[in-house]
Amino acid sequence: MKVLKTYPEKCISCHVCETTCSSLYFKEDKAELSCIQIHDETNPPVMNVCNQCQACVAACPTCAITVNKQGVVMISRSLCIGCLMCVAVCPTDSMRTAFGKHNPFKCIACGACVKTCPADALAIVEE
Amino acid sequence: MNRKVLAEYRYTLKPIEKGYNRRTLYVNVGTKEIKEKPVTDMMIDKFVGGKGFDLYLMWQGVKDSTKWNDPENEICISFGPLCGNTSYPGSGKSIVTTISPLTGIPVDCNVGGHFGPYTKFAGFDALELQGIAEEDVIVYIDGDTGIVKIMTAPDEKINSHILAEDLIKEFADSEDKHQFVSVVSTGEAANNVLITCLNFSFWDKRRKVARLKQAGRGGTGTVFRKKGIKALVVKYSGLKVDTNNPVDLPTLQKTGLKLHKEIEAGDDTQCRMHQVGTAHLMEIMNDYDLLPIRNFKYGQMPEAESLHSREFTALFTQGMADGCWYGCSLSCCKAVDNFKPRTGPYKGQPVCVDGPEYETAAGCGSNICAWDPRDVVEINFYCDTYGVDTISFGTSVAFVMECYENGILNKERTGGLDLSWGNTDAALELLHQMARGEGFGLTVGLGVRRMKKIFAEEFGADAQFLQDIGMEAKGLEYSQYMSKESLAQQGGYTLALKGPQHDEAWLIFMDMVNNHIPTFKDKAEALHYFPMFRTWFGLQGLCKLPWNDIEPANNAQTDEPAKVPEHVANYVDIYKAITGKPMDKKELILQSERVYNFQKVFCMRMGGGRRIDDIPPYRAVGPVTEEEYNSRAERYDKLLKEKIGVDPEGKTVAEKMDITRKFREDQYQQLVDAVYERKGWTKEGVPTLEHLKNIGMDLPEVLEVVKRFL
Ligand code: SF4
Ligand code: SF4
Ligand code: SF4
Repeated sequence: MKVLKTYPEKCISCHVCETTCSSLYFKEDKAELSCIQIHDETNPPVMNVCNQCQACVAACPTCAITVNKQGVVMISRSLCIGCLMCVAVCPTDSMRTAFGKHNPFKCIACGACVKTCPADALAIVEE
Repeated sequence: MNRKVLAEYRYTLKPIEKGYNRRTLYVNVGTKEIKEKPVTDMMIDKFVGGKGFDLYLMWQGVKDSTKWNDPENEICISFGPLCGNTSYPGSGKSIVTTISPLTGIPVDCNVGGHFGPYTKFAGFDALELQGIAEEDVIVYIDGDTGIVKIMTAPDEKINSHILAEDLIKEFADSEDKHQFVSVVSTGEAANNVLITCLNFSFWDKRRKVARLKQAGRGGTGTVFRKKGIKALVVKYSGLKVDTNNPVDLPTLQKTGLKLHKEIEAGDDTQCRMHQVGTAHLMEIMNDYDLLPIRNFKYGQMPEAESLHSREFTALFTQGMADGCWYGCSLSCCKAVDNFKPRTGPYKGQPVCVDGPEYETAAGCGSNICAWDPRDVVEINFYCDTYGVDTISFGTSVAFVMECYENGILNKERTGGLDLSWGNTDAALELLHQMARGEGFGLTVGLGVRRMKKIFAEEFGADAQFLQDIGMEAKGLEYSQYMSKESLAQQGGYTLALKGPQHDEAWLIFMDMVNNHIPTFKDKAEALHYFPMFRTWFGLQGLCKLPWNDIEPANNAQTDEPAKVPEHVANYVDIYKAITGKPMDKKELILQSERVYNFQKVFCMRMGGGRRIDDIPPYRAVGPVTEEEYNSRAERYDKLLKEKIGVDPEGKTVAEKMDITRKFREDQYQQLVDAVYERKGWTKEGVPTLEHLKNIGMDLPEVLEVVKRFL
């Protein structure tokens, strides 16, 4: 299973990963639209991102959430009707939503943020 | 499929505005006329939507003299402005109304499934069906292209579990698009008997079957078949989070997510709706002496342990997204998969059975002493597919079993059936007879009120005894709670406009267990507020369950926990977020009050709605037989002493029963006085002109009817 792994002790809270993620998927530099969330109130910071646990898959009433060959949990935008039931069941609060947007969003382990992180605090691993 | 198109109507597709299409669809299956009707500002202001629109349309369509089987009787199905949003749990309900064959007055049913939301998104705020077709027809609404058709339906089977699935497959664009089609159907029993229902489907993508939700009460299925309608089919493929076009999507989403999280955190320790649906009530009701057993004689028996919710939990497939509409995280629509019936035409064939819900488990289980949960599942399956209402079936069978016990019935009179308590083979055979149109099942299928008359006239049975034990009022069978020890619930049941159903008020715990409404005034206030509050769900297209079958963690600390204030605030918020209109908790009640009083006047117009229609059978109020009295003698003796001020010592059971009865019947009448007064009605139950004016329901046609009674 392909997962974005986080190393909080290395994270310097620069939030570049959030910029990368939201710019890539929403064409906007806005932390709330990023699939990865850096909460820097603590030291080390809390890095919240989907661990591909699949808990949301069974909750989806339209079967819009599936697991791809690499073990990554994916949302089909054409099937999703935006009920946000998946957001409520995610045990780690990593299924993300921004009120006003039609669909929830989550990390698909694409690795874009890994490349821009200056502190090596992120990696794509097989688990 | 061998189908002819008998009529076709093309309409312009346009987006919904703030929850409304501003048009309704009229289909006359007799004259084959199909047309749209505008929704006026007056309709929205006074009738809101949902049940309000249904009743308004029906009022225009029927005459004072209309009977259920007249061509002008209508079946109206409406959805309400909030219906179909995918954000807030419980937002996919349709409300069905018709002049009922059981009661002769309007009946209304609140039902899940995808038909309502899809028909709304196809472009209509209500569907109005009138006329009688010469041959069996299907009415098809294609919400993707904007076409309505009346088509012949000569070939297919009628029973719902087959018909719904066949039609979904026929009308879906392709195999991966079954979820965009929904069907309304009934079953073979609706050709023959009166205690019938309609099934509204939703395609279950994981199980790959058509699931069925019931518009259960009052014989809607019989009216449907009388009209020659085999099915209604809708297709709509464009559902998105904003299809209902709310003015404020973020607030709607935020409010919905808050409730999803509350359910996720609380359901496992509160009602376990996820795991077992409403059947979680079985042991609670048995513990409190409220579970109907032996035709509502007793509320508790050790045998009921075998119908404990753990038995149903074990039968239900766990971990499924079992919502009857998208976005319902309460997911109470449990199902038994691969069930193999042991009787009837589908014997041995694996089927998916929806439920049993509490009402079915109690009515077709404990009330007739069917103690094997699998028998309950089988009765549930056949009721649904034949189009029989499980509540009326349970109460009617319980009634004939008690008649059998008392010798009013015997094998000669039942066509050889042994109707002893718990004989599930016989209960199932009655059901199959209803479908085949033969035997004693046809009599049972007429419902309790007609049976009372037949048994008295043909078998010389004691009419008073039949009246006392026959659990119906207004012609409708009681649903499955014991109301003997809760005066407020006797009112909740018997004052309900359509007949004794628990959907207007469920006050047993408030009244009997917690003693929160001790005085007549308190009870009357509760019997005003809760029916009005709950009527609102039917105006909007909402489900009642997410209101109080899940509660916020701090609910008990609020001023009025029974009202679940935070959830009331949620409803105010989502109404505003969708319609953009002002709303607060007072206006919410007022919206309901208008429609509620309109329905009351509608009942009066059709010959019901009088004070005598609000009188319960004594079985709902107190012990009818000595056996019943003796089974709870301590309780009744204590009541004699403490409440009535009579020393039970030295009195015969018959004397004690007599005093108890007089007292309880008198209490009930005092309750009726208090409730009528609180509702703004005269002592005869007629809404006063002043009250109608105050609430804004003083339409000339309404006043004209009311004046006949003042
Ligand atoms: S979004 Fe949440 S529930 Fe879904 S796979 Fe990721 S961590 Fe698990
Ligand atoms: S929001 Fe979309 S992906 Fe999530 S549960 Fe609802 S339909 Fe499925
Ligand atoms: S609570 Fe149950 S009946 Fe109500 S909408 Fe949800 S799934 Fe349907």
